[in-house]
Amino acid sequence: MRYVKHFFENIAGIEIYPMISLLIFFFFFLALGFYVLKMRKAHVQYMAASPLDLDRHEEEQHAPQAPQS
Amino acid sequence: MAVETFYYDNKIVRKFGMATVIFGIVGMLVGLLIALQLAFPALNFGIEYTSFGRLRPLHTNAIIFAFVGNSIFMGVYYSLQRLLKARMFSDLLGNIHFWGWQLIILAAAITLPLGMTTGKEYAELEWPIDIAITLIWVVFGINMFGTILKRRERHLYVAIWFYIATWIAIALLHIVNSMEYPVSMTKSYSMYAGVQDALVQWWYGHNAVAFFLTTPILGLMYYFLPKAANRPVYSYRLSIVHFWSLVFLYIWAGPHHLLYTSLPDWAQSLGVAFSIMLIAPSWGGMINGLLTLRGAWDRVREEPVLKFFVVAITAYGMATFEGPMLSLKSVNAIAHFTDWIVAHVHVGGLGWNGFMAFGILYWLVPRLWQTKLYSTKLANAHFWIGTMGIVIYAVPLYIAGIVQGLMWKQFDSSGFLEHPNFLETVTQIVPMYMLRALGGLFYLIGALVMVWNLVMTIKQGTFLKEEKAEAPALDDGEAEKGAYWHRWIERKPIQMLILSLVLLLVGTFIELVPTFLIKENVPTISSVKPYTPLELQGRDLYQREGCNVCHTQMVRPFRSEELRYGGEYSKAGEFVYDHPFMWGSKRTGPDLHRVGGRWGDDWHYRHLIEPQAVSPGSIMPAYAHLAEHELDLSLTTKKLQAMQAMGVPYTDSLIANAAAVLNAQAKEIQARLEVAHIRTSETKEIIALIAYLQRLGTDIKAQPAPVVTLPDLVAPAILPSTPTPAAPSATPSIPQVNQ
Repeated sequence: MRYVKHFFENIAGIEIYPMISLLIFFFFFLALGFYVLKMRKAHVQYMAASPLDLDRHEEEQHAPQAPQS
Repeated sequence: MAVETFYYDNKIVRKFGMATVIFGIVGMLVGLLIALQLAFPALNFGIEYTSFGRLRPLHTNAIIFAFVGNSIFMGVYYSLQRLLKARMFSDLLGNIHFWGWQLIILAAAITLPLGMTTGKEYAELEWPIDIAITLIWVVFGINMFGTILKRRERHLYVAIWFYIATWIAIALLHIVNSMEYPVSMTKSYSMYAGVQDALVQWWYGHNAVAFFLTTPILGLMYYFLPKAANRPVYSYRLSIVHFWSLVFLYIWAGPHHLLYTSLPDWAQSLGVAFSIMLIAPSWGGMINGLLTLRGAWDRVREEPVLKFFVVAITAYGMATFEGPMLSLKSVNAIAHFTDWIVAHVHVGGLGWNGFMAFGILYWLVPRLWQTKLYSTKLANAHFWIGTMGIVIYAVPLYIAGIVQGLMWKQFDSSGFLEHPNFLETVTQIVPMYMLRALGGLFYLIGALVMVWNLVMTIKQGTFLKEEKAEAPALDDGEAEKGAYWHRWIERKPIQMLILSLVLLLVGTFIELVPTFLIKENVPTISSVKPYTPLELQGRDLYQREGCNVCHTQMVRPFRSEELRYGGEYSKAGEFVYDHPFMWGSKRTGPDLHRVGGRWGDDWHYRHLIEPQAVSPGSIMPAYAHLAEHELDLSLTTKKLQAMQAMGVPYTDSLIANAAAVLNAQAKEIQARLEVAHIRTSETKEIIALIAYLQRLGTDIKAQPAPVVTLPDLVAPAILPSTPTPAAPSATPSIPQVNQ
């Protein structure tokens, strides 16, 4: 396997890998949670209305009204 | 701010829409035919081009890349323009994308029945087509990013995030998995071998499901569902969590396709853990979709589009719950290689992908043709026929899968297999195959009803080629004022692209790199030697005929499998010269990894010519053409050289004498056949295939005297048909063997 060579017999200090993985995870989702919670409500509503053909103005905190059915 | 007037291009949407419908019908027809072949093998027609092994890849490619692929592009080209308030970047690129994609489909439709295949599931197309796919994908990317860059809407809606992630992920998956060493224009070998090839393939296979069949459709869901329901998505925040966690988690889960195989254990566990975690974002997305209809459920009663969406999203939820459950090793032990998996993917394919595509078509066509849907009643009829079809398709296959999975593992009171003959477990479920085909027929009829309805709608309307729109130009100066850090990502497509790529690469590297770089992950076995020239040719025939579609080459470490397949479970070191790996993913027929030496050459000959004559009730297609066709020897040297270049230890002298070596081995087989009163020439293809089959899994038996014996693992009396007792384990550690 010329293109796929094994460079090491094994990895020294492999024990730290699961710990690193856990930390990556923890901080990724912590950051994601932070990111989502910090979004301004007006902005969220503005974004959510994107597919709908409404006259949207974020600054006026215009929330799209669900049509009454 | 000056308001600009511009036009949305609907022509490209129409083109992709037409292709969606046409290839949907074609793909479903092929699916129905191969479903019927499993119940009625005569429908293989005794022709090589229409045998199950060759048509099954045609069906999967047609559905995934032609039907779903075109539906994705249809939806993307429609929604992207409107979400960005801009016409597509280039009409020309759009047309190159469209026609290029259709040519690729045409190439697939020609090459796959001809047996030109890389043997890797959902990536069967040969290397010239792979290059074409790459180029067309780049064209699509340029067109998409060009549109994003000239947009009039500052913020990128979450649907576009999904499109961007799709584009980068598919590019990465396709390129890495398609690394091939060309032998001729129509033949190549995977650059990876054995375990590594398997890991790359299922990293690809799993994420093709994730980033071709899931993320782009989720993007479409986040656009078309609010459109059809005329209300914003339930929670935009949830959609962001949905996006980032899907992109982050999905890429890690590939190894769950390889549980209990020769893949290193740590990689299997990693795959399982991430699969379980995937429930959270998937169900978050499903709930977000369904709750978008809060307060509007009454409209679902009248609006067929919403009906299709509701069932599609529910199917998405079911499939994404089932997937993690199937990745639990205890469930996987029964479900893997059975029809349970086929049922699972069809809940996703028929339910999620198909119904989303139908819903979007019913919504789009009347708008593009400025009219009303010809018949709501017919659309409702389609909905019910299709839904019934899914149920009639899936339920029998769930039953078939569980029944067969349990039958494989059933022991009698004295510790022998209750059903030692594999065929017994097949004939048991043939009625289920018939029912499944009926379900498929229902689904197809529903789709034909849709075609009629859409054609009539188109007839009564006028197509709107250019749709006028107005929007103010984007003012860049104001953009940065008071921008929050999160908008840094949201407003900039390139940052989004890079961040998505980084997240994809984290999982990719952690999974792939150790398997490639660390020797102890693939322990070598000294007695495992490269295939002889004839066996290599035979292996190529095995690949050409798609034997791996129905036969696995992976005896899992279960006592039931060691007993059934007469030998040890498969070891990683046995596959180091397998370019590509041929483990398979479904056992419609028995595993073949230990088939070498189990039956005589004459048995194989007769079985290949007419399987039912040797195994009454078998559903295997006949391969009589192998005894008629002359083996093509023109590429023998090139094939061996390619293998040598990839590190398979063929000597130069062997390559120089390949023809003579090949001929000598063929003559031996021909002589043995003659003893059994079979007259054939040693130059026929069937000889090479028999040589390969007889070699399978035998190397390990040539091991030196046992170092570690495993007396408890293998019953003292193995099946009577087993020629040699189980050889000792190649690795010194005593593996855990499960029942």
